[in-house]
Amino acid sequence: MRVPRALRTAGGVLSAAWLVFLLFASVTASWWLPYPVDAQDPAHTLAGPSSSHWLGTDELGRDAASRIAAGSWISVGPALLAVIVAFGIGIPLALAAAEHGRWAEHGFSRFAELLLALPSIVILLAFVGAVGVHPWAIMTVLGVLLSAPVYRIFLGQAQSLRTRLYVDAARVNGVSSLRVNLRHVLPAMATTIAVQAAQLFAISVLIEAGLAFMGFGPSVPSPSWGGLIAAASQHVYDDPWLMVPTGVVLALTVIAANGLADAVAGGREREAVPARHRKPRTIVRAASAGTHDAGGMLLDVRDLTVAVGGPDGPALVTGVSFALPPGTVLGLVGESGCGKTMTARALPGLLPEGVEVTGGSVWFAGRDSADRDLAGLPDNELRAIRGREIAVISQEPMVALDPMFSVGYQLTQPIRRFRGVGRAEARRIAAELLGQVGIVDAGRMLRSYPHQLSGGMAQRVCIALALTGSPKLLIADEPTTALDVTVQAEILSLLRALVRTTGLSVIIVSHDPGVVADLCDEVAVMYAGQVVESGTVAEVLGQPAHPYTAALLAANPHVAEGLPVPERLPSIPGTVPAPPDWPAGCRFASRCSLATAECAAPVPATPVHGAGTVRCVHPLSSPAELPVPHPVERGVPS
Amino acid sequence: MNALVPAPSVPALSVRDLTVRYGRAGKTLPAVDGVSFDVAPAETLGLVGESGSGKSTIGKAILGLQPPNAGRILLHGTDITRASLRQRRVTAIDLRAVFQDPYSSLNPAQTIGQTLIEPLQVLRVPKDQRRPRILESLAAVGLPADAADRYPARFSGGQRQRIAIARALVCDPQVIVLDEPVSALDLSTQAQVLNLLADLRDSRQLALLFIAHDLGVVRFLAQRVVVLYRGQVMEAGGAEEVTQRPRHPYSIALTAAAPVPQPAEQARRRAAREALGVGTAGATPPAAAGCPFATRCPLATDVCHRERPPLVSGVACHHADQVARLRLPDRAA
Repeated sequence: MRVPRALRTAGGVLSAAWLVFLLFASVTASWWLPYPVDAQDPAHTLAGPSSSHWLGTDELGRDAASRIAAGSWISVGPALLAVIVAFGIGIPLALAAAEHGRWAEHGFSRFAELLLALPSIVILLAFVGAVGVHPWAIMTVLGVLLSAPVYRIFLGQAQSLRTRLYVDAARVNGVSSLRVNLRHVLPAMATTIAVQAAQLFAISVLIEAGLAFMGFGPSVPSPSWGGLIAAASQHVYDDPWLMVPTGVVLALTVIAANGLADAVAGGREREAVPARHRKPRTIVRAASAGTHDAGGMLLDVRDLTVAVGGPDGPALVTGVSFALPPGTVLGLVGESGCGKTMTARALPGLLPEGVEVTGGSVWFAGRDSADRDLAGLPDNELRAIRGREIAVISQEPMVALDPMFSVGYQLTQPIRRFRGVGRAEARRIAAELLGQVGIVDAGRMLRSYPHQLSGGMAQRVCIALALTGSPKLLIADEPTTALDVTVQAEILSLLRALVRTTGLSVIIVSHDPGVVADLCDEVAVMYAGQVVESGTVAEVLGQPAHPYTAALLAANPHVAEGLPVPERLPSIPGTVPAPPDWPAGCRFASRCSLATAECAAPVPATPVHGAGTVRCVHPLSSPAELPVPHPVERGVPS
Repeated sequence: MNALVPAPSVPALSVRDLTVRYGRAGKTLPAVDGVSFDVAPAETLGLVGESGSGKSTIGKAILGLQPPNAGRILLHGTDITRASLRQRRVTAIDLRAVFQDPYSSLNPAQTIGQTLIEPLQVLRVPKDQRRPRILESLAAVGLPADAADRYPARFSGGQRQRIAIARALVCDPQVIVLDEPVSALDLSTQAQVLNLLADLRDSRQLALLFIAHDLGVVRFLAQRVVVLYRGQVMEAGGAEEVTQRPRHPYSIALTAAAPVPQPAEQARRRAAREALGVGTAGATPPAAAGCPFATRCPLATDVCHRERPPLVSGVACHHADQVARLRLPDRAA
């Protein structure tokens, strides 16, 4: 069995150990107590710690350690009961509200609000007044009061879990409502339940002790922690020590419960959020010495290598080279896991934490200086280039825009920063940019907030945002993948018009050869971290030389009007190998119908299509050469 | 493909005047507005539309996950419109689903075997038959038997979608609702899953309702296509006719917008599409009374904004006679 994440930190282990010890001690206290609870020792009253009484004695000479241990169950047990009641009511209500929709949710939520509005201490004291001092009953009432916050916390989570498709799938399969909740909803809430339970337990222990301190605890001869502290407070001047042992045990218990909650929550956060904070970039590779003649290229990438965790870590991209003349559009095309996004993000230094450029160079012909190797620049110099000279747009336009600010604010801020203009002028430029990206009513758009925009409009705003620094290069990572096909066509036409009118260069990352055919001049086909074929879009897509390119194009079900659709698609067997499984030779060989023994040796990139390259021992001279794989491909499971 | 199968009189799945509304009536336009179609046994019907077309809502209504406001849903002639999910255990044993997202459609805390066994437990299949049926259904989607003991995290997107298909097949259904089953997959995996679906369709004579946004994919798998826009049927007909000779301005816009991977051909199509004059999506919301596409349609006249066009021989357009001039010119050469 796996060790729970919460127990991999010192705090978590100590907290859990204390609580387990406490629970064990409270239940078994009667068997090992050094002295009976009420045994009085008149010779030692109000004594400090000694060998016969480890934690001292009280005013009647009773052993403090024995009384704390004997009182622990009546102090901790009712608090546990409160937690159990709170969860026993709160969670079923949350699950039911999430399942039965609006009306149930309305009803339960009003009930919860009512409970939340009640002052709990007053209710508890009123209950004591009416019913008498019964710790278990009092804490049951507290549990009912606490069920409201529990319900509120878990309602949102239950609602979001119910939107998971596996819940729908189970319901369609006729799985009963109880079982859907027990098997598919509740288990995913376990971590939050543990965190909240530990915190509520700490609160309940304190409330219980507080009530006992005020005299609403168990009747006097039987000890509870709150009662012990109250008794000790009578002797705070003549024997201050008496307060210490009980206080420490109570404090440790509360701290341990909170510590365990923290450890559980921390483990969960590390699981969910991989890396929020970007470390300052460590430059693994020194900047290339000397100057560079890009030969009129805007961007010249040579032997770019990107790896996880430094030069010795597994590589995600190896030996990628391409060049981009000004005013052209380059497509990086390939399937997921081929390294196209990592390549694109490596150029402006936007790799995720832990992933680094470990080799090669990225020569960029900047606006004001000689060619610079971006791969060797420190982060602050790259930051000056990003936005001003290289802009980036992403797949999810809605994520790129801040929901808290209007479009106008989000556009004018970078305009004022990049162009050093005043507010009014920035607003005029923003309206102009919005016009440039095809938004007719710029005034209204500037006042809009992101949630009011459709996906296509949001992507137009993101493109306008990318244009605020008048960049020379735009990197677009799957800019149309999340959009409808008619909206995609509009965005592609917009990008094309921008390239024509502003001389912008674009690198577009896409999985769709159709998008590449529509927009690009040049294309680099990537497979397993390498460029396997490059050249002009007409040559690569029209006469693919690499078997992978040919197979990828054949697998596309989109055919032009007037052409027949095949009965079965010629699919590529298997899946893209993961980076650790890349062979030394051709990485496509295991899936290639043309593979021979020669493919096991490393394959260099050789010239093809004039200025293009291909990385293949058996390049195709016409697409018809590719034998159609087995027509009914069953797929090879890993 | 199934030309030799005689058309039976009772459709496997029948949807009549289905209307689904989110929120209160009068405040919002219905998500699905009077949609009707039939799926014959062993037939694949493609339900095509962009986001907001109501295609997924129709799937949910058929599966009982979203109660419809009006209309009827018949499975083999039996009305299941109002059947609760509990009643459907008996009445809708034949009806199963495959969903879009291969990552959220499998419970990460259950092994593949536990996921597949669940519907069999519900159907009270005898214990000794459960494991063989799971293995058979895994084999049918091309996965090895030891997949049953692994967790979803061990599988790629395409393999997970095969598992989701296996979960539908394990009950031996006759009708499967597939909601965007390949749109989250890469091209090569997409081709594998499409081929698998085509094999299953042919070998098991399944009736498939194939919900997708991608006309190319629908054309590959479906015999008939229904094109939806904002909850209404724009055009319905044979897959070849709708994709090759669309008769509604929206179908034309949809076919013209899908890019093909031949640069010269795509350049020609793009020029033709830009000349069409189809308006920007989402620029102005359409009037509740008229044709939902009127605000984007190059053929729209006053009548289009006033009156909703009826569906006549598979086309809902006031200007169906003029649509031909919008169509892309035939492929060069």
